[in-house]
Amino acid sequence: MSISVSTTVNGDAVDFICNPEESLLDALRGRLGLTGSKEGCGTGDCGACSVTLNGRLVCSCLVLAVEAEGAEIGTVEGLASADRLHPLQQAFLDHAALQCGVCTPGILVAAKALLEKNPDPSDEDVRYWLAGNLCRCTGYDKIVRAVQSAAAQMRSA
Amino acid sequence: MAFDSHQKREFKQVGTRPPRPDGIDKVTGRALYGADVSAPGMLTARILRSPHPHAKIVAIDTSEAAALPGVKGIVTGADFALPDDEFFADIAVNVMARDKALYDGHAVAAVAAISPAVAAEALKRIKVTYEVLPHVTDVDAAMRADAPVVQPGRAVETVPAGMGANVTHFCEFGHGDVADGFAKADLVVERSFRTAATHQGYIEPHACLASMTADGKADLWCCTQGQFNVRTICATLLGIEASQLRVSASEIGGGFGGKTTVFIEPVALALSRKTGKPVKLVMTRDEVFKATGPTVSTSIDVKIGMTKDGRITAGEAVLRYSGGAYPCGTVDMGAQAAFAAYDLAAVRTTGWNALTNRPKEAAYRAPGAPQAIYAVESVVDELCLALKLDPLDVRIRNAARKGTKSSYGPTFDDIGLLATLEAAKAHPHYTAPLKPGQARGLSCGFWFNFGGNTCVSLNVNTDGTVGVTEGNPDIGGSRASISLMAAEELGIEYDKVRTIIADTSSLGYNDVTDGSRVTFSVGLATIKAARDAIGKMCGRAAKIWGIDEDAVEWRDGAAHPAGPNAGQFPPMTLAEIAAVSFQTGGPIAGHHEVNVDGAGVSFGVHLVDLEVDSETGATKVLRYTVFQDAGRAVHPDYVEGQMQGGAVQGIGWALNEEYIYGRDGRLQNAGFLDYRVPVASDLPPIDTVILEIPNPGHPYGVRGVGETPIVPPLAAISNAVSRAIGVRMQELPMSPPRILKTIRAARA
Amino acid sequence: MRYEKPQTVAEAARLLTAEKGLTRILAGGTDVLVQLKAGMVEPELVVDIKALPGLRSIVSEAGGFRIGAAVSGAQLGEDAEVRALWPGVVEATNLIGSTQVQGRATMAGNLCNASPAADSVPALVAAGAVARIAGPGAARDVPVEAIPVGPGKTALKRGEFITSIFLPARPARSGDAYLRFIPRTEMDIAVASAAVSLTLDEGGTITAARVALGAVAPTVRLVEAAAAAIVGTKLEDAAVAKLAAACSAACSPIDDKRGTIEFRTEVAGVLAKRAARIAYTRAGGQA
Repeated sequence: MSISVSTTVNGDAVDFICNPEESLLDALRGRLGLTGSKEGCGTGDCGACSVTLNGRLVCSCLVLAVEAEGAEIGTVEGLASADRLHPLQQAFLDHAALQCGVCTPGILVAAKALLEKNPDPSDEDVRYWLAGNLCRCTGYDKIVRAVQSAAAQMRSA
Repeated sequence: MAFDSHQKREFKQVGTRPPRPDGIDKVTGRALYGADVSAPGMLTARILRSPHPHAKIVAIDTSEAAALPGVKGIVTGADFALPDDEFFADIAVNVMARDKALYDGHAVAAVAAISPAVAAEALKRIKVTYEVLPHVTDVDAAMRADAPVVQPGRAVETVPAGMGANVTHFCEFGHGDVADGFAKADLVVERSFRTAATHQGYIEPHACLASMTADGKADLWCCTQGQFNVRTICATLLGIEASQLRVSASEIGGGFGGKTTVFIEPVALALSRKTGKPVKLVMTRDEVFKATGPTVSTSIDVKIGMTKDGRITAGEAVLRYSGGAYPCGTVDMGAQAAFAAYDLAAVRTTGWNALTNRPKEAAYRAPGAPQAIYAVESVVDELCLALKLDPLDVRIRNAARKGTKSSYGPTFDDIGLLATLEAAKAHPHYTAPLKPGQARGLSCGFWFNFGGNTCVSLNVNTDGTVGVTEGNPDIGGSRASISLMAAEELGIEYDKVRTIIADTSSLGYNDVTDGSRVTFSVGLATIKAARDAIGKMCGRAAKIWGIDEDAVEWRDGAAHPAGPNAGQFPPMTLAEIAAVSFQTGGPIAGHHEVNVDGAGVSFGVHLVDLEVDSETGATKVLRYTVFQDAGRAVHPDYVEGQMQGGAVQGIGWALNEEYIYGRDGRLQNAGFLDYRVPVASDLPPIDTVILEIPNPGHPYGVRGVGETPIVPPLAAISNAVSRAIGVRMQELPMSPPRILKTIRAARA
Repeated sequence: MRYEKPQTVAEAARLLTAEKGLTRILAGGTDVLVQLKAGMVEPELVVDIKALPGLRSIVSEAGGFRIGAAVSGAQLGEDAEVRALWPGVVEATNLIGSTQVQGRATMAGNLCNASPAADSVPALVAAGAVARIAGPGAARDVPVEAIPVGPGKTALKRGEFITSIFLPARPARSGDAYLRFIPRTEMDIAVASAAVSLTLDEGGTITAARVALGAVAPTVRLVEAAAAAIVGTKLEDAAVAKLAAACSAACSPIDDKRGTIEFRTEVAGVLAKRAARIAYTRAGGQA
């Protein structure tokens, strides 16, 4: 049985058809071609699929696609404007906060949600907020520095 | 290899930290990884896996699955050639089981269907009749004569009495009279250690998209550390020619050695061949843990003698590794690496590999070395404690240096161990006061570093820009480093160079991205390809100027007359020469093909401060500093990144990561929930100190840096924990229940 | 599988009762979707209860709070009043999973998943929280400790589901705390856990206490002997030692990939001791 879903992704109204079992992540990647969100585990343990759902940070693998009906969804594809990277994206490049980069979309979405809630986090705040985003390459050091750098820049902007 | 005169020059680009060329794609979600591409009309494949650790496959009935609407093709072991060569045959059998399932998660059949849901339903309808056999998952148990035999006929010929048919490998290294050395010692400590198998834990599961047509032509997109290796293996397993199979490496979401082989790619190709449609196959995380490469699990005995003043008189180690259900030579590298940091008159290491009902080992960052060095560095630490000696002084005293005959044979050339140890000693971390309950640990680390087959093309474009085409997937920023070296050698700006990773039909063969070889080997080939292009550009300038080619030299990105006798001509820049190249003989390109030798070995030293909660056994890492010789840090950000990332993988290994098997031989923790890789809040900042002791084997002095940093954390953490609780820890990981049990046992 | 998102409690109950096959309630989904993905459950019907009236709100009631069954951990953590009255319950709920999981996971779901290691449940039991159950019949109120009856099993009848959890009012000089042990700092399931809720008299003597342990028995265990060990004391070392011993004595855990019997038994006592001290300080006691 297929279900028609009308939702908003990164500010754009979109419709898709999905099966009731399908996750939001599957719909974003498979139905809408938004492959920036990654599936690292499918069980909410790695955070690579992080998106915002009505402003809340969630794992899109733990949301049914049908739950997107009428919702506002934010993904990594919505971070940059046409001519400008989000300060977090720029900071991740400037601080070499990625190696393989597969966890990066989820971490950027999560870090953006953090800075909206807490513009001046401690390193410990950043580390605990991002504990659900596994990164196997960097050891997190440069990620924390990049988030703090972006936070400082966003505070002074 | 001769010392290159360019090595000591002033670098303009190398050593800077420009943005990586693939950066914007990766922060915007545009970069395409293994699972991110689709093909029109493609099918989805799923693999059925054995629930038994060891079972005879009596029959596979696929008829009910095949009858399910939407199922387009099913393959089993019978669909793959069984190559004569053991290396390929083992991969073939691992990719799809034949007569026996050898571990929990071993593939037994695969389905291609019109949707993931149909494929999943089809798996349930495949009926496999198993005859369950006794299993063994522990390395020591597997070596016994009465152990269940994992694969008959694989035992090494030299198996001594008392060892069983699972022992597939024996090796021995060393020199000097060990017994005499122990006799000279004031104290000899002998200890046994065990380390659990760990997984590379890359965040991207294996994924591929295969398309094969009836005439035998095939295209394969996959996340891999080596597309040429994938081509070789897949062509062999499918019985097709290399030229007909084009493999493109996607962006890779981590590998750490685990993507240096194949698991699903031949299956997807076989299903595509069978169905006549493109087939996408993506592993679940559960499958990644159950069926892809963990490390060896080990059991190691170490005996070291030391004089009162800290001189090591002899060292001996016996290493028993298991690389899972297939013969595995990783113990060789452990046995060679164990004592590499020491200048010893007498040293002997022997190694054995035993088959167990576990997945086939795949390389993991310095394969074999962390376990062996953990055991050795633990005993050295115990000797230092017992003799009341400073652990850094003892290591400095005994450090391998230029001219040392290494414990594995070769005599070291310029190496950075001593400088690294001295840097650690001089660092404020080493003398920072510790609070009550806190302890400090340290360890040396070592990796050989690889060179290997490498092929690079460098194309000079008419607008004065340069394209570098290389064949090694960029696993941590290597395109930036390669572009830097090309720009440096050519004398142009970094942003004039773009480096891309070619598919297997567009460039000559390259070994996989492994052994910390890429920045070293591909960098070397890039520099030489640039020199090839420079030679050609000098020739074009000579032609334009009407002078001898020999009378032109390349400086600061331009051709210059070599001296006053060569004539008075204004220099011609690369862009100027390129702009007129069509009039001077055609396009300009440089190439270099080589089997690179001369990868300089790499040493590191790690310092850690931590505290242990004596009521719960929990360890908190408080401060961590990595010291490592990079030879030459081409892009220091990514050198630091390797040091930090490797250290944290090692911390995870030391404290929490392990493959846990139940009595039933099934893997208990095939997921990130219970296979516990470090999370951000577990860790302090990881400070780094890069030493640069040039490698004589590279034009710029580069040494590989990727693997050494995973080696020291195991012993550094263990030594600190042992000092904190006052008892020597002898097993990894040091999970809280193990530490608490050790504390309780010591108090009892 | 069918997906329904009813607008009234009655409609939800009707849907659940009418379905002959397996049903699942969807609130935060952080357990249900994992089970679906793993093929552990294959329900015929999933009923999303997030559109039901009141299920996403927190309201004051009789000096306490009624927490809707679809209130996420993140939403609960942002409520300063609940946090002030029942800090241990809020902390326990906020320990479930990652920030991402907090965006969805609910206390009611944590309770109905019926894991012995559920983080919020020991704190809810110690708090004396009451679940309101809707279903085919009249709504009924049940103490939370009566909901889970074994790993993965609840006392809920066919067609029933929780609509809210009530956290009661409490006397002055009360405090609660929850601690769990996990191998990492985040992202693990509790290996052992303890919640303590207590009330002091003006002199700092404990007049009432409830102590609950998680992950040491098939269900969360309310340990009356542990409470008795500290009532009438000012949480002196001797009382704390008795509390820890009573907790360890109440454990009947299993050996598994997360911990051993020995470890869980010992650490449960340690955690209870530490949680009691935090709760005592929160209640205004001078430790």
